Amino acid sequence: MTANATTPAAPPRTRPPGRNKAGRNKAGWNVLGLLVFLVAGFPVYWMLNTAFKPAGDAIDPDPHFFPRTFTLENFHRALNIADFWGPVGRSLLVSSVVVVIGIAVGLLAALAISRFAFRGRKIVIVGILAVQMVPLVAMIIPVFLLLNDLGQYDRLSGLVITYLTFILPFTVWTLRGFIVNIPKELEEAAMVDGCSRSGAFLRVVFPLLAPGMVATSVYGFIQAWNEYLYALMLMSQQNQTATVWLSNFSTKHGTEFAPMMAGSTMMAVPIVLLFLLVQRKMAAGLTAGAVKG
Amino acid sequence: MSAVETTTPEKPPVRHDPARGGGSRGDGGLDDGGPGEGRGPVPGRGGRKPGTGAGARARAGALPWLLLAPCLGVLLLVLGYPLTRLVTLSFQTFGQSQLWGFQAPEFTGFDNFAGILGDGEFWAVVVRTILFAAGAVILTMVLGMLVALLQQRVSRWVRTLVNIALVASWGMPVLVAITIFKWMFDSDYGVLNWVLSRLPGVDLIGHNWFASGPQGLAVIMLLVVWGAVPFVAITLGAGLTQVPKELEEAARLDGAGAWGVFRHVTVPILKPIIVMLATLSVIWDMSVFPQVFVMRGGHPEAEFQLLTTYAYDRAFVVNDYSQGSAIALITVVLLLGVIAVYMRQMLRIGEVE
Repeated sequence: MTANATTPAAPPRTRPPGRNKAGRNKAGWNVLGLLVFLVAGFPVYWMLNTAFKPAGDAIDPDPHFFPRTFTLENFHRALNIADFWGPVGRSLLVSSVVVVIGIAVGLLAALAISRFAFRGRKIVIVGILAVQMVPLVAMIIPVFLLLNDLGQYDRLSGLVITYLTFILPFTVWTLRGFIVNIPKELEEAAMVDGCSRSGAFLRVVFPLLAPGMVATSVYGFIQAWNEYLYALMLMSQQNQTATVWLSNFSTKHGTEFAPMMAGSTMMAVPIVLLFLLVQRKMAAGLTAGAVKG
Repeated sequence: MSAVETTTPEKPPVRHDPARGGGSRGDGGLDDGGPGEGRGPVPGRGGRKPGTGAGARARAGALPWLLLAPCLGVLLLVLGYPLTRLVTLSFQTFGQSQLWGFQAPEFTGFDNFAGILGDGEFWAVVVRTILFAAGAVILTMVLGMLVALLQQRVSRWVRTLVNIALVASWGMPVLVAITIFKWMFDSDYGVLNWVLSRLPGVDLIGHNWFASGPQGLAVIMLLVVWGAVPFVAITLGAGLTQVPKELEEAARLDGAGAWGVFRHVTVPILKPIIVMLATLSVIWDMSVFPQVFVMRGGHPEAEFQLLTTYAYDRAFVVNDYSQGSAIALITVVLLLGVIAVYMRQMLRIGEVE
């Protein structure tokens, strides 16, 4: 914790503590905060800035920090450079199916480990946590062989199967975090009032869990959407997904930076917006003991 | 919750080490101000159904497994099988001809491992990977903590601005982030060379950051850190709101400076979150793949190879699946220690729910 002050984002910690809350003091912190904002936000700004300016301006030796002319030409080009909607459609399909399966199967498992005491519960939890930790890259060789054996190579269904490797543990663990935050007494009160266990769950827990489930779904969707390695390895050129499309087109056509940034913008903006919607909820879930960014 | 506890006194109400209570509260996060005993041991009272007999309890014994069955089934297929295969592969010869079925794979004992461990290049890759991951983790944790602390001190509007920037870079798809960094660090048109060249005495116009491994990997590390700081900063920020103000105040009265308060009050309380974030970061940064792979156009040069890309190269470029598997397996084994620490921490958090 001593290697600080190497970047502009590092506020000096040796400042006198803001005990008397002097406005002067706060101004200093605010300047630092704005610096962090600039540094962290610049890459995003630079993507947008390049995407909307004429392609010629992008490769001007003197970069324009504010676009002089707005143009949508780059988006037009990005859409036409290679098939755009095909990869995006495939990504949408795969991610949605993965999330639906993940939530359906994961919810049951999350219920089991958060609402029941049973022998082997701890082992199950450790198992689910452990498999989440195995790097995808380590798995790619046997997964490749498995799909080959199953005749699922270069198929969207095969991709769905493999995406479950990381979506499912994540879903179980996050949903578990949301479920344990719902007081058990609510369920028990409902059962005292004559509900069955499943009735109590459906009428009491399920509605309370809905926001958490939505957040988990969106989050899982984003993870599946972002996956690159399996999509690259297991799908051929004509079946590629959106992430692979993006990396393809930066090399295939030389380096057309402006359309490339337009493509990036189209990939990123919907995801970031989705992310913004659930971020707060997920941060809460994360600090509740759930995990994985 | 206390009412239930009195009706089902099967287990002692406090099962976990009470000395840990204070430390674990910090990451409880969602403790909605409930009374302390509200965090009783949930698992202990699992399958109880008020007003039902022994039959119901027996059913509850099978029910959780029934609920778990689909999940475990899927995981066994998509993870269990490949993991087993990973281990067997690494003890076999398995190349192109075995893949197409012309030849049966042959068990060769530890030959693959001996070959890898006897290879000087492998050790260079291991050292490089560890240095890369260590650098990325330390940078991420330090910057994340500093940003989290800063966020507590700035005005509301600044906090909102910083949050927007953090969430935007957190949510940015990895591939997009890589593409942006590639663009910013471009040798001819990259904005970074231009900005840095404005500084007196610096001329980086036309400088190629990827001409050498260390510089290129430093850029990649920056990219990884940029994407990872938000998660750490936001999670730590949530944790910081849990640190009792009275404790900090008391420490200050006892004469502690800002650093003293941080070291002796804040860090111990946040320790569970810090351990969790640090171990997770190690796991993620040791398995960085697309960042290197895509940055180098799918063919990382020798001085860019990390364990992940190295295993990939062995398997899919040289078509030696067994050596690739052995390298992957070694990577997992290297990570096991970290994974163990992480899981212990997670289980502890699980205990206090």
